[in-house]
Amino acid sequence: MSATAFKSYRPPVIEPSEEGDELLEVAMGPHHPSTHGVFRMDVALDGERVVRLKPVFGYLHRNHEKIAETASYLASMPYTDRLDYFCSLTNNWAYALAVEKLAGFQVPERAEYIRVITAELTRIQNHASAIGFLTQEMGASGTPLMYAFREREKILDLFEELTGSRMMCNYMRFGGCRVELPKGWLERVQKVVDGLPKFIDETEALLTGNEILMARSQGVGILKPDLAVNAGITGPMLRATGVNYDIRKIDHYGIYDRFKFRVPLGDHGDIYDRYMIRVLEMRESVEILKQAIPDIPAGPIMDPKSKIRGFRPKVGEAYGRIEAPKGELGFYLISDGTGNPYRYRVRPPSLINLTVLEDMCLGQNVADVVLIFGSVDIVLGEVDR
Amino acid sequence: MLGEGMLKGLAETAENFAGSFVSKERMTTVQYPEERIAPIENTRDFPFLIFDGTDPLAGLRCVACQICEKECPPKCIYITKSTDKKPDFVGKPQNYPTRFDIDISVCMSCQICVEVCPFEAIKMDTQFELSTTDRFGGLLLDRDQLSRSNEYYNEIHPTEAAEVDARLAEEKVKAEAKAKAAAEAAAAKAAAAAAAPPAVTAPPKEPIAKEPGA
Repeated sequence: MSATAFKSYRPPVIEPSEEGDELLEVAMGPHHPSTHGVFRMDVALDGERVVRLKPVFGYLHRNHEKIAETASYLASMPYTDRLDYFCSLTNNWAYALAVEKLAGFQVPERAEYIRVITAELTRIQNHASAIGFLTQEMGASGTPLMYAFREREKILDLFEELTGSRMMCNYMRFGGCRVELPKGWLERVQKVVDGLPKFIDETEALLTGNEILMARSQGVGILKPDLAVNAGITGPMLRATGVNYDIRKIDHYGIYDRFKFRVPLGDHGDIYDRYMIRVLEMRESVEILKQAIPDIPAGPIMDPKSKIRGFRPKVGEAYGRIEAPKGELGFYLISDGTGNPYRYRVRPPSLINLTVLEDMCLGQNVADVVLIFGSVDIVLGEVDR
Repeated sequence: MLGEGMLKGLAETAENFAGSFVSKERMTTVQYPEERIAPIENTRDFPFLIFDGTDPLAGLRCVACQICEKECPPKCIYITKSTDKKPDFVGKPQNYPTRFDIDISVCMSCQICVEVCPFEAIKMDTQFELSTTDRFGGLLLDRDQLSRSNEYYNEIHPTEAAEVDARLAEEKVKAEAKAKAAAEAAAAKAAAAAAAPPAVTAPPKEPIAKEPGA
C-alpha cells in the first residue's frame, strides 16, 4: 500500500448531468423490507443515478454500552447476544475474550475447542443466510434463502440442544463455557457438517454461474482496497477487495493457529466478489470444523479461578477482538476494580462497514443501492446498539 | 452459452422439488399446532421456583436472599423478604419470600438467575404457550404461579435435575452429619460436665446450652 493511500479521503461530488436538472430526494427506509431492520438512507437521485446518499442510523438504539456500565460483568453477557442476533455465539466469545484479558483467566483446552466449533457453525449459518438475503434482494423470491434457512435450522437445533436457546445463546462465560456438551452432541454436529459441502455445492450450482446474478452484481458497488483500509472495513467486505486481513490468522486468538485453513481473497471488490468470498469462507469453515471435531480433548470447561457471583477484576483495561462473521468485533473494557465496568465499548463491524455505503453507491442506479446495501451484510441490532 | 447457469440452477430447484416427495429430509416444514417436534431437553424460556415435597410454601427452596433480583439484567424479579423464618431442606431456619414476582413480559430468558442462585431454587421452564389477553396482570407471575414441584423439574430437565438432586442430597448428608457430630459433642460435653466434680458450677453450662441450636 502506498503512502498516499492514507491521505484523508473525500467522496467525489457528482454534479447533475444537465444544467437546470433537479435532484429527486428519496428517503429509503426506515420501514423498507430491504433495509434489514430500521435504517434510513436519504438518497438524492439524478434520474436513476445516485448523486448523494446519507445513511441515518440510530432507530434501534438501546443504550447497550451505558446499560453495561451500570450492570455487573456477567449481566452484560446476555445483552451481547442481542447485538448481532444472527451470531450470538461469536458476540459472546468477543466479550468473554475481553474480560478474560482483563482478569487473566486461562481458558481450558476443551472450552477453546467448543468455542471454535460453535463460532464456525455460526459463521456458516450467517454467511448462508447473508447470501440468501442478498439474492432475495435481487429478485430471487425466496428459493436460495429457503435453502439457506433449511441448513441454518439444523445448526440452530444444535445450538438449542447445547445452549438452551436457538438464537440468544448466552453460552460462553469468562474463563470457559457454561455447560458441558450434551451426550451425542458432537456426533450430531459431525452429521450436520458432513451434509454442509453438499449444501454449499447446491448454492453454487444455483447461483455462481447464474447470468442474472452476474449481470446484477459484477462491477457494481466497487470498493477500492485503499479506501477500505482507510475506512476500517473488516471481514468479508475487506477481503473481497483483496486485502489479506483475517484476525484468526493475525491474532491467533483461541486456538486458531492449530487449524489449517486458507483466507479467500477477492480481486474486484464488487458485490459478486463479496458473494464469492462468503461461499469460499463457508467451505473453509467446514474444513476447520472437520479438524476440530475429532481433536476435542476431555477435561474441564471452566477456569477454576473464574467465579459467577461477586466477580471483580483488578484495575486495568483490555480490548478483546475476534473475527466475527461480519468483520472485526471488539470489546473494550476499563475496570476500576468494582463489580461493573467503568467503560464498556463495542466496536461493531456492521456499523463501520456501513460507513462507506455512499462511496460504493455514488453513480450507481437506485435499484443497485439495495443490492450494495445487502452485500455489506449488516444487522441493525449491532449498528445501533 | 447464455442461460446455461440459469438452467443449471433450475435443475437444482427441480431436484429439490422432486426430492421433497421422496425424501423425508427434504420435507422440513412442521405444521405446528397439529404437529410438534420432540422437545429438546436443554431448552429454556422462563424461570420458575422449585419446592420439595407436596406443600408449595413449606417446601420452597428460595430463601429470599435477593441475589437473583440484583443480578437480573432486565430487572424483572421483585422479592419481599419475610420477617419470620421457616426450616429449609436440611432443617436450618431460613427466610422465605412473602412476595416473589417475575414479570415475564420483561424477562429475556437469559438464565442468569439460575446461574447465580446458590440454593438451586430457581430453574428454567420449557412451557412456551403463554399467550394471554391480559397484557399486564397476566404476564406478572406471582409466587404461587411460579412454584413447581421438584418432580416437574425432573420431568422437563432429567439430566440437569438428577445432578442437582445428587448435589443437594450430598449437602443434606453433610449437614446432618455435622449436626449429629455437633449434638454428640454437646452431649459428651454435657456428660463430662455432669460427671465433673460439682466444685465448678455455673460458668461452663452456658456455651453448652447454645450448641445444639447452631
